[in-house]
Amino acid sequence: MEVLKIATAGSVDDGKSTLIGRILYDTQSLTTDKLEAIEKSSKQKGFDYLDFSLATDGLVAEREQGITIDVAHIYFSTNKKSYIIADTPGHIEYTRNMVTGASTSQASIILVDARNGVVEQTYRHFFINNLLRVKDVIVAVNKMDLVDFSQEKFENIKADFQALIAKSDYKEQNITFIPVSALTGDNVVEKSTKTPWYTGAPLLAHLEQLNGQDLYEKSQVRFPVQTVIRPKQANFHDFRGYAGKLYGGDLSVGDEITVLPSLTTSKVKEIYFFDQKFDTASRGSSCTITLEDNINISRGDMIVKSTEKPKVEKQLTAKVCWMDNKNLVPGTNYFVQNGSNRILAKVKNVQGRIATDFTGEDTSISSLSLNEIGKIQIQLSKPLAFDAYDKNKASGSFILIDTQTNNTSGVGFIE
Amino acid sequence: MSTIIDSNPLESEAIYIIREVAAQFERPVLLFSGGKDSITLVRLAQKAFYPGKIPFPLMHIDTGHNFPETIEFRDKLVEELGVELIVRNVQDAIDQGKVVEEKGRYSSRNGLQTTTLLDALEEFKFDAAIGGARRDEEKARAKERIFSVRDDFGQWDEKNQRPELFDHLNGKIELGQNVRVFPISNWTELDVWSYIQREQIEIPSIYFSHKRKTFLRDGMIWSASDFVYKEDDEEVEERVVRFRTVGDMTCTAAVTSEAVTIAEVVQEIKASTISERGARIDDKRSEAAMEKRKQQGYF
Repeated sequence: MEVLKIATAGSVDDGKSTLIGRILYDTQSLTTDKLEAIEKSSKQKGFDYLDFSLATDGLVAEREQGITIDVAHIYFSTNKKSYIIADTPGHIEYTRNMVTGASTSQASIILVDARNGVVEQTYRHFFINNLLRVKDVIVAVNKMDLVDFSQEKFENIKADFQALIAKSDYKEQNITFIPVSALTGDNVVEKSTKTPWYTGAPLLAHLEQLNGQDLYEKSQVRFPVQTVIRPKQANFHDFRGYAGKLYGGDLSVGDEITVLPSLTTSKVKEIYFFDQKFDTASRGSSCTITLEDNINISRGDMIVKSTEKPKVEKQLTAKVCWMDNKNLVPGTNYFVQNGSNRILAKVKNVQGRIATDFTGEDTSISSLSLNEIGKIQIQLSKPLAFDAYDKNKASGSFILIDTQTNNTSGVGFIE
Repeated sequence: MSTIIDSNPLESEAIYIIREVAAQFERPVLLFSGGKDSITLVRLAQKAFYPGKIPFPLMHIDTGHNFPETIEFRDKLVEELGVELIVRNVQDAIDQGKVVEEKGRYSSRNGLQTTTLLDALEEFKFDAAIGGARRDEEKARAKERIFSVRDDFGQWDEKNQRPELFDHLNGKIELGQNVRVFPISNWTELDVWSYIQREQIEIPSIYFSHKRKTFLRDGMIWSASDFVYKEDDEEVEERVVRFRTVGDMTCTAAVTSEAVTIAEVVQEIKASTISERGARIDDKRSEAAMEKRKQQGYF
């Protein structure tokens, strides 16, 4: 079955949790016991409606403060697709969680309160979707019931948002506007009768027709080796299998390949998936391959088609989102990790901080703090095989690991 | 005719994670309860390393109150796979006076497993423990990472979790820390059952409809057994039931069911309006029951 991962973003009180709760309720995904718990809590709080936000707010601290503080994952399915929603908070101090949620999502829902329109936080939500190259963005203009389902309000918000889109450098992004009311259920799962002027699909119907290809779009074949399988059993005596997940495209028996960074070449001999052999490994599969020649390959090496080589260099420039309380200061060492490859590196310089409201770059700063986005140059201790993030998300992104605390301090998008 | 791998994104992701564990940690272990989720994990681990063997042992934290069918199944599976099985018993921690057996109507050894688990991780110096927990099971689990770092006391600090981005899994830890790994985080109950059906994986007989001596309490069907506390006025009756989730006898309720094949079980799950953990007595204790147990080092 097709799986679609969606990230959600909205400001405090935009009704994001209510929207998710509404989707779950209208798709009959809330089980009797969960529904009972929601009814009980809603009654205790004295509401005369069902507080669907209770379906998603999981941690005790969140229930006490009534806010969402971390990425929560919510699951539901229709006859057509399995959906995974990464519910990410929208307050300014939680940019890192939004980036995290969006990094594994193929689509994104940005909520806008119909009464308030496009606000400063909307800029940031859209900016992050732009930075991460999320293919499909849905702008859900919520609380339409509170503005009498006014077409004029909706069109004004759309026009304000168009001004943002004009500043985007990712023109392939599909952006769809939908007027909804999460509380009353209008245009969420059921088409609303109160918005005759809206000719598009309700939110769920729109998601249903999205092409649920994997997050890593079709580009060039990248096969980072996770582990070398050498069973040393009688029937597999000389077996040397390279196990990994295939990104970017399909790989077939007979394809000419190059191993990076060594540049050794060979041909694909066999492709295994569990105990069966195949002619072709499909993009996204976790398979094991053997090669015609007995060459030295280890974890962290990357196998590519000889006609589609990535860059192999010891220096790179990237946009980063900083995720650590400890500032990013030039001259500091970090581990750069891309998939199965972890290399010691030094941050040479911070070239600037990029404003999340599309107002440009501040080149006067020299360090980055938590939740800031900037551009940096990195010097690697060994050559790394990589692509530009725009070309390949898997081989074009990396995390930075603090060498002392082992924390994941930031994420990079290679230029 | 040319053949192409029919890849399921959830399966691919799980295999990727399991391979990362084997590569990034010195001493991983797979926590095996004999339930459907850990049985699924074993199959995924087989797939990850074929034709090699699973490169880490399985470990069962045995409360001593398990269904005999589960234990029988466990031993058979381990023999077939030729992997090492480690068993550590909650009874030992009770005998050593480290934990005290609960008493009364809702007494269970489920919560006591934590001490035995942490002791065993320390005893074998395991730095990564792979478990079959899923995010759809419970609210606190919905926020769990795939690589979840625990401190020396096995504690989960939910407010200070490492961000996880793309497929770049950070397994770097300090001595004394360990990581809980959840390869099927993104699977739902139905995904697991559909996978068991597609892969024709064997599971213990208690997952299928059978006759069992049971009694009713709080609207749930409890197994009548020496391990389960029962009031004198709670009437034991033979019912046709199956189990949807298998913990130990004291914390797992049965459901009325006629499903005798996997296909029938899948149909039943699709039609069900009760969540899986709705049959977990341990979660009913309070709204934040799971979160509290996790902070203390529970799985």
